[in-house]
Amino acid sequence: MNIHEYQAKQIFAKYNIPIPKGIMVESVKAAVEAAEVLGGPVWVVKAQIHAGGRGLGGGVKLAKSLNEVESLANEILGMTLVTHQTTHEGKLVQKLYIEDGADIQDELYLSVVLDRKSEMPLIMASTEGGMDIETVAENTPEKIITIAVDPAIGFQGFHGRELAFGLGITDKIEQKNIIKFAEKLFRLYMDNDAEMIEINPLVKTGNGVFLALDGKMGFDNSALGRQPEIAAMRDLTEEDADEVEAAKYGLSYVALDGEIGCMVNGAGLAMGTMDTINYMGGTPANFLDVGGSANAETVAKGFEIILKNPKVKAIFVNIFGGIVRCDRIANGIIEATKLTDVNVPVIVRLDGTNAPEAAEILKNANIQNLIVGNDLGDGAAKAVAAAKGN
Amino acid sequence: MSILVNKDTKVIVQGFTGKEGTFHAEQCLAYGTKIVGGVTPNKGGQEHLGKPVFNTVKEAVKSTGATVSMIFVPPAFVGDAVMEAAEAGIELAVIITEGAPVKDMQAAKAHATKHGMKTIGPNCPGIITAEECKIGIMPGMIFKKGNIGLISKSGTLTYEGANQVCNEGFGISTAVGIGGDPIIGLSYNQILPMFEADPETEAIVMIGEIGGDLEIQAAQLIKNEITKPVVAFIAGQTAPKGKTMGHAGAIVSGSAGTAAEKMAALEAAGVKVVVSPAEIGRAVAEVLAK
Repeated sequence: MNIHEYQAKQIFAKYNIPIPKGIMVESVKAAVEAAEVLGGPVWVVKAQIHAGGRGLGGGVKLAKSLNEVESLANEILGMTLVTHQTTHEGKLVQKLYIEDGADIQDELYLSVVLDRKSEMPLIMASTEGGMDIETVAENTPEKIITIAVDPAIGFQGFHGRELAFGLGITDKIEQKNIIKFAEKLFRLYMDNDAEMIEINPLVKTGNGVFLALDGKMGFDNSALGRQPEIAAMRDLTEEDADEVEAAKYGLSYVALDGEIGCMVNGAGLAMGTMDTINYMGGTPANFLDVGGSANAETVAKGFEIILKNPKVKAIFVNIFGGIVRCDRIANGIIEATKLTDVNVPVIVRLDGTNAPEAAEILKNANIQNLIVGNDLGDGAAKAVAAAKGN
Repeated sequence: MSILVNKDTKVIVQGFTGKEGTFHAEQCLAYGTKIVGGVTPNKGGQEHLGKPVFNTVKEAVKSTGATVSMIFVPPAFVGDAVMEAAEAGIELAVIITEGAPVKDMQAAKAHATKHGMKTIGPNCPGIITAEECKIGIMPGMIFKKGNIGLISKSGTLTYEGANQVCNEGFGISTAVGIGGDPIIGLSYNQILPMFEADPETEAIVMIGEIGGDLEIQAAQLIKNEITKPVVAFIAGQTAPKGKTMGHAGAIVSGSAGTAAEKMAALEAAGVKVVVSPAEIGRAVAEVLAK
């Protein structure tokens, strides 16, 4: 789960991690009032969406007067922001963060992520702040330093020294400042079950203080149950409405651009099904994993969500029953045809636990538009043909 | 022969009396797995499915001599359960539970390693040595005994792969579902050499997916150490970038971990890579005919 910059900054403040003063607003009027409270003389007007690259997309701008704050807030609020991290449709800006302009002497990069290789949190830092870190990693990898921190011992002095020296910080007060900053950031990461924290840029001000000018945070979905304060920060308007609706029924759904709706059990087989459709010359319309506890209701819901997409010309149901019993899926398909108007061909391949019973159920139901796939390859081929009108 | 588990392996179940634990322990017993007891705190002394229940793993190990634990406890308790098993002297923990916090798994795996305990999973179907020992949630009937070793990040693709192998007239020696979470136990690079050393295994099917670089590391190992033929499929060639597709692990971020990258690395290591899982069975027949 991701959160907004303004929320990340609330968490930074809780950990005494230095940030510029700022206020989140949802109207132009409130933006001007916020700017008055902050005092100026310069402000930054920032679009709040869950995506990076906001500056390049025109969602972060500097204002030198209250009038400018007003006109920029007017311009950015309600705009659809397209960045390299959004889809090409972009994201609607519904919230702004009005922030004090900072005295920037230097821009750095700092993040904490899980390193799968060492299986430890990794502090990543670079002197090349303000730039896309992937570009830095590709062009000048030597400018990125990485420090794995074993949670069993926590953030120690030597980690801090490695960071400070690695960033070429020689002033003793500045060294102390950056070490304290990183130590608090690591604690925040561990305490809150964060998956990723990225500060880009981390700025050094004229008096040697390090400020988090930006903040991106993602959290481990599996840990949200024990992190109620974090869970409360979820902004559903930033998520795909169909994905959210699907999740309520234990379905994992992601919309794609193609024509063949897919309903599969298990993420791996779901991706493998999409790959097979693609290989046979078709295009998948979605990823949909019905999970391990599929029943008539969830399957019917799956059909409903798939059929909301007008591009869908055929549906391929591919189930290999392990925990999921095929007879339950078969009943779900029958139920779905009663609840939803399924007006496209449905290709069904059911294998594994209780597959013969399922075949019997489907046969007796006598449903129009239903085509049986004998195995994965056969089912995919039939779905591709059906989508092409054959 | 087989790898890791066989008909003599003594297994306990942590989370024995819960709904999932009960259902799957029953299935495992029916398959022939030597489940010798289970652990559920405050139910020690009772009997469940005809086997003794213990309050702690330590007591269970002492009383039954079990070496493997199958873990079904709820997600929030998985870390605790794994560490308890490690300290009690369990040699292999098979963690089925889905949705354990990553931080807990990080600590639990580090602790397991310290105590010399191997782990499989979490969020995985488990391990099965065909017609001998099933420790997990896979449908046992599709795993016919044979000479193909199978290792997979994905549960249902494990079943799909095994089914195709058996439909081609071959069978499975041992199949291991390693899971696709950010922190997992035994992975390709520990299991591939076990299959290489197992005289019963003649070829290996390896199923991976987008995200992380375990398959790339495996390609390196295969090139240097594996002489048996390997067939591989990587799921997620058509997955859009930056999207999580169900598994926490199946994330493509930046250029690392794409299916194309992994397929190229495996092909360069001499692996027979298929572009659709529907081709796994035929590919096995092909590499064995050579």
